[in-house]
Formats: sequence, C-alpha cells, structure tokens
Amino acid sequence: MGLGLEGKMNPTDTPPSFLRRRLFSTNHKVIAVLYLLTGIFWLAFGGLMTLLIRWQLAYPWQPIPLIGRFLFPESGGAVTPEAYPMLFTMHGGIMVFFAITPILLGALGNYTIPLEVGARDMAFPRLNMLSYWFLVVGSLILLVSFFVPGGAAGFGWTIYAPLSSSTEVTPGWGQDLFILGLALDAVSILMGGINYITTILKLRAPGLSLRRLPLTQWGLFFSAVLNTLWLPIVAAALFMVLCDRRLGTAFFVAGPLAPRAGGQVLLFQHLFWGFGHPEVYILILPVWGLVGDLLSVFSRKPAFGYKATVLSMLTITILSGVVWGHHMFTSGMNPLVGKAFMFLTIAVSVPTAIFFFNWLATLWRGSIRLTVPLLFALGIVYVFAVGGLTGLFLALQTFDVYVHDTYFVVGHFHYTLAASVLFGAFAFIYTWFPKIFGRQMDEQMGRLHFWLSFVLLNMVFSVMMFVGLHGHMRRIADATAYEFLKPIQPLNVFLGWAVLGLVASQILFFYNFFHSLKGGKPAPANPWEAGSLAWTVSSPPPWHNYEVIPQVWCGPHEYGAPGLTDRDWISQADPRAKTLGES
Amino acid sequence: MDHLFRVAFGLTGVAFLAVVFILGFCLIRFRSHPGHRPLYTHGDSRLAISLTVGFAILIFLAIDVNLAIHDHWAWREAWGSPPDPALALKIEIMPEQFAWNIRYAGMDGRFRTGDDVTTINQLYVPVNRPVIVQLSSKDVIHSFFLPNLRVKMDAVPGLVTSLYFQATKTGTYDIACAEHCGFGHYRMRGFLNVLSEEEFGAWLAQEGREGPQDANWGWDWKER
Repeated sequence: MGLGLEGKMNPTDTPPSFLRRRLFSTNHKVIAVLYLLTGIFWLAFGGLMTLLIRWQLAYPWQPIPLIGRFLFPESGGAVTPEAYPMLFTMHGGIMVFFAITPILLGALGNYTIPLEVGARDMAFPRLNMLSYWFLVVGSLILLVSFFVPGGAAGFGWTIYAPLSSSTEVTPGWGQDLFILGLALDAVSILMGGINYITTILKLRAPGLSLRRLPLTQWGLFFSAVLNTLWLPIVAAALFMVLCDRRLGTAFFVAGPLAPRAGGQVLLFQHLFWGFGHPEVYILILPVWGLVGDLLSVFSRKPAFGYKATVLSMLTITILSGVVWGHHMFTSGMNPLVGKAFMFLTIAVSVPTAIFFFNWLATLWRGSIRLTVPLLFALGIVYVFAVGGLTGLFLALQTFDVYVHDTYFVVGHFHYTLAASVLFGAFAFIYTWFPKIFGRQMDEQMGRLHFWLSFVLLNMVFSVMMFVGLHGHMRRIADATAYEFLKPIQPLNVFLGWAVLGLVASQILFFYNFFHSLKGGKPAPANPWEAGSLAWTVSSPPPWHNYEVIPQVWCGPHEYGAPGLTDRDWISQADPRAKTLGES
Repeated sequence: MDHLFRVAFGLTGVAFLAVVFILGFCLIRFRSHPGHRPLYTHGDSRLAISLTVGFAILIFLAIDVNLAIHDHWAWREAWGSPPDPALALKIEIMPEQFAWNIRYAGMDGRFRTGDDVTTINQLYVPVNRPVIVQLSSKDVIHSFFLPNLRVKMDAVPGLVTSLYFQATKTGTYDIACAEHCGFGHYRMRGFLNVLSEEEFGAWLAQEGREGPQDANWGWDWKER
C-alpha cells in the first residue's frame, strides 16, 4: 500500500552497529526517544532558569545564594539589568520550541503514530531522522549563544522588531544565534509535520478508517496541518529579521533608527502571531486528543461524541488561523478590526466547550480507575478550564487595553501553554513509558508528583494573574521601582518560593523516570487494558512493530460493550469486534 | 470596564464551577468497584447529538454574544465619544530607550514652534480635562501605560498612534512602559502629575517663557 514501504523492509531486520541502532537511526521509536530525552534536557534547563527570574523579582538586585557567584561573577552574584532579559527570553524560547515541542510533537508523534495506525515506521524515515538532527543543530546553536560576547538573546521570545532587527539596540551575535536556532527548529518541525500527515493518511492498517483513529492521532494530525501551513511563515520572518540585522535590509525597521525607508514594524508582529497563535493550538491539539483517549480508557467507556470532538478540533484548526490580531489590540490597530478579531477569538469557546462536554460525558457513569495518567488527564481538564476561560478576558478588546502585557497575560498563557501542555507531556510519559521502555514507572511517586505539581502550579499561575490584574507589567526586572506595585511586592516574594517548590517537586519526576528505566517492574504488553493497536505488540515493541500488518475491526474505544464476558474491552485488531455490530 | 469585568468574571466563574462540580461528582460517584458496569454509549445517538448542538448554541449565545455586546458597550463608554480637539489638551510623546520625551504645543497651539514646552518623564495634565496623546518612537516599540487610569497604547517607530484620557483626581501617578524595550525596560518610569487647572496654567506659562529644551523631534499634529 501507498509508498512501497513494506516491500523494502524486512520486519525482523535490525541495523548491525550500536550507533545505527541507538543514535543514528531512522527507526521512529529510536527517534522518538531521542526527541524525548532532548526535550527533557531542555525542560530541566528552561525550568531552572525560572528560579533565577523569580529570585530577581522577589529580591531585586540581591546576590543569588550559592550559584550566583558562578553565574554572574562580575556583579557579585546578582542578576544584572543586561542579564534579566536574556533569562526570560531564553526561558520562553527554550520552553516553547525546545522542550514542549520535541516532547509533544517529536516524541508523542513519532512514537505513537506508526504504532497506532498499524505501520512499521513513519512514511519518510530518513526525513524523520533529518528533522531530529535539525533540532540537535538548533539546540547546539542555542547553547553556544550563551557563551558569545554580549551573551544570549534578550529581545523576548516574541522577537519583536525593531528591538530584534536592529543591531544598534541588540548588537550581540547571541541574538542572531537565537534566531538561527529557532529557524532551524522551525524547519525541523515542518519536516516532522509533513511526515505525520503522510503517515496518518497513507500508512493506516487495513480496516483503520479515519473514523477509527485514536483521538491523539487526530490531534497530532491537525497539529501537523497547522505546522505545515504556518511554520514556513515564521521561518521566513525570522530570516528576514536576520537580513535586517546583518545585510542592511529594512523589512521591519522604521522611524529614526531605520537605515532606509519603507520598513513596517508591525508587519513582523502580524507574521509572528500569524504563526504564534496557531502555535498554541499546535501544542494543545495533541493534548486534547490524549485527554479524550485517556478519559475513555480509564473510565472504561467509549469516548463520548467522538465525531463532535474531531469536528471541534477541525473547527479550532480553522479558527486558529484568523485570531492572531488579539495579540495586537494596543498596537494602534483600528478598533473595528480589533472587534472582528475579538469576536473570532471568543468564538473558539464553542468548540472548546464541546470538548469539555464530551470529556465530562465520557466520565459520566463510567467505572473510573484513578491511575497516574488519568490524574494528569483530569489535571489538564482543570487547568485548561482556567486557561481557556481567562483567555476570554484577554479576547475582550476593552479589557485587554488594561491587562495587555501584564502578568495577567503571563498567568493565562502559562495555564494553557505551560500547565495544560506540560501535564499533557507528563500524561504522555506516564502512559507510554511502559510501552517505550518495557518498564513501569513508580505509581506512588507519580501520584505525589501530580499532586505537588498541581497544587503548586495553580498557586504560581493564579497569583501571576492576580498581580497582573493589579497592573504588574511583564518582563520588568524590578517591580519595586514603581509606586503602584509596591503593595504587591510580597506576592512576588511568595511567587519566588512557590516556583522553587514547583521546580523542586519535579525532582520526583526525574528520579522516577531515570530510576524506572532500569529498576522499574517489567511491563506487560497492555498494562492499561487499552484497545488501540499499539497495545497489541510487546513492550517494548519489536524493531519494526508489526510482523504482520494487523487488520482493524472496530474503533479505538470499545470498553464495556455488552456481550463481552471475559474482560471489559476489545482490541481494534480483535476479529470478535465484527460481532459487536460496531461500524 | 468594571462592569465588563464583572460580567466576564460571573460568566466564566459559573462555567468553571460547573466543570469542577461535575468533575468532582464523577470522581466520587463513578469510581470503579467490583461488579460495577459502566454505561456503554458512544454519544452518537440522536439525543446526544441534540444535546451537544444545544449546548454549543447555549455557549455561543450566553457567553460569546453576551460578552461581545458587553464589550461593545464598555468600549463605547470608555472611548465612544472622542473629546473635542478644540477643548482637549494635546500632547506629543516620543519615547526612546529608556525615557519619555513629552511635548506641549505651547500658547500658539501648534507643535514644532518656538514656544513648545518639552519635558522628560514628567507629564503634567490638568484635572477633569480631556487629554489627547499622540505617540511615536525614536528607536524600538514602547508602550505608554497609565496603570492608575487603566489605559495603554503602543508607541511604534514609523507610526503615530494616539489615545485619550481624562484624570479625575489630582496627585502624582506612575507612567510605565509596558512593552519590553531593552535592558532598561524596568526603569523606564515616568510621572503623571495631575494638577488643578490653575496650577497647570501657571506651570505651562512658566515653562513656555523658558523655551523648548529640545526641539529636534515632534511632528505636526495629526488631525483625524
């Protein structure tokens, strides 16, 4: 079928040498694990940076205990005004593009797509390997950028021109390296997107119609569509910024700073958010799908309203492309245009509400098994409710005039982009770890990790929104400089300690992850009693997944069907599904 | 804007509590125990589809349309009636890294003339009189933010943007930059001095006699 992949590949072949097997491999599972480890590295890196950021905000210009002397020797251990923008810029860029994206698209996508659609590998294995190594080069460039004279990038992860596009205001080469690293990462994600779309459309096992795909795969599919549509735009915009910086063009420079006339400063924001808002959905769509699948598995009920969920994903995929203007209400945009963007933005609440409706209806009258993956899935439902609903406030043009560029925005997008998406990454890891590594993670430690993260994360991000309502601007290094912010400085101190607790509680996860690799209990093929195809193969799966491509008989969520006597679920590859009378 | 916030807070609060309540109820009531059979449904019956569609329409009307209308009202209340340019005080502000350059037209009412008054970081306005500010920028994007008055507008190089406000209490308030503009962003602080009409007149006349300290920037007032 399709691309002639099966003809060329002997399912039992494994490459001979260790390096070809573990590092320079075209096998989707190896690449997925590499993505996962790269993402986890950057997650720890970007997470630790928040400690420096929150220290500075809690105790402005005071030396950081213990590590300060090594990080900022010239200032006696205190964060400097020059270093602070680098911290929040690199934190944002790293978390969005190098931590969350590799875990949720790179690892979740690469690992689950071929297994769940019943294929032996991705449609383009070499392209897959190339996309991972683009990420590696991008990552190395990012690391190098910390050590060049002038330090890392400091114009904010949103790279607003002309702060980013004029070397008069941001002279260092670290700024260029950041943009270059991001552009390489964009190319990497784009290659991945093409691969995901092709694999899902062309390599599905016989009988696996689109209506029988797990919801995670639908989420990954729509996410990949958005990637292929919008990443070329931001990659082009990034290269245009580099041209402005080093080749003397003036795409995004205007006013007294511009070397020549004709540039448009706001054009960059349109290009950036034209990609940047879909990016939110690029990351959250797979998570929504994952939540739908996990709620079904662990409430032992079919996913409620499968078609409505997929249609809602499609609706959001389309809407995501026409809402970017809500990031620019105070840029001088015509209020009438703003009104259109406002209405399109709040319209997103309709498909989103359908997700919640279907999720809660899936739980309704289920037989709920409160496992660690389900805890994280339920955590996503909660934090995404907060994140989604506070998004409505920001979408209101009038209200946004006040809270734009304050911590209300920061708290809101951390609820959606950090809390929801990070919980999605954890839900993915806790669910798939047994399949990937053939070992179980520790259940009790997972629970503790969830509850600590859940409580602390809500403390952190809700207090951020609160100080935002008070007017606290984002990206300022020292709130005590302002009279109107003095009363809320104690909250900045509180946030510092809460973030320390949140970061420290992630040690549980790292310990659990790396300890279980060797010390975990051996995992059975189907530890969660799930019905989709991936759980029919051994844990870890054979090198090329399926010796015989399976025949699919039913949807992925057949739990508790009447007529099942020996167990309460049926696998998609189980011929008995024919007699269930299921489509 | 207060009203808009209360409406949005009420609506989203109800939605949030509903989600949390149902979630909690399910977790307590429908936990797995031996002999318990879950309901087998795909949610694709006619009833389920009608419920879903009905719910979607409810959300659309109760939240989306409702909020859009309230936002429209709030916008009209706050910025629906622009002040008469003949009566309002006109000010040009040209920020740069990391200061606010402020220009008054002076007695002749025209900008870029000899009697202009310029200040740095100190904005003086009379109480209870509408003020129209036009903004541009010398270098990067800044954002002119009056937190106590809850207004904000970006200052974009190459463009002239504008906002208006009316202070109702005398006193000194913060001016902040809301758009990251470089390493000095946090200290790009200014002061909004709201004076009585007499004090303001005296201040402007005094400054006008001294002439402009810096006449190298500014633009002809953009009437719109």
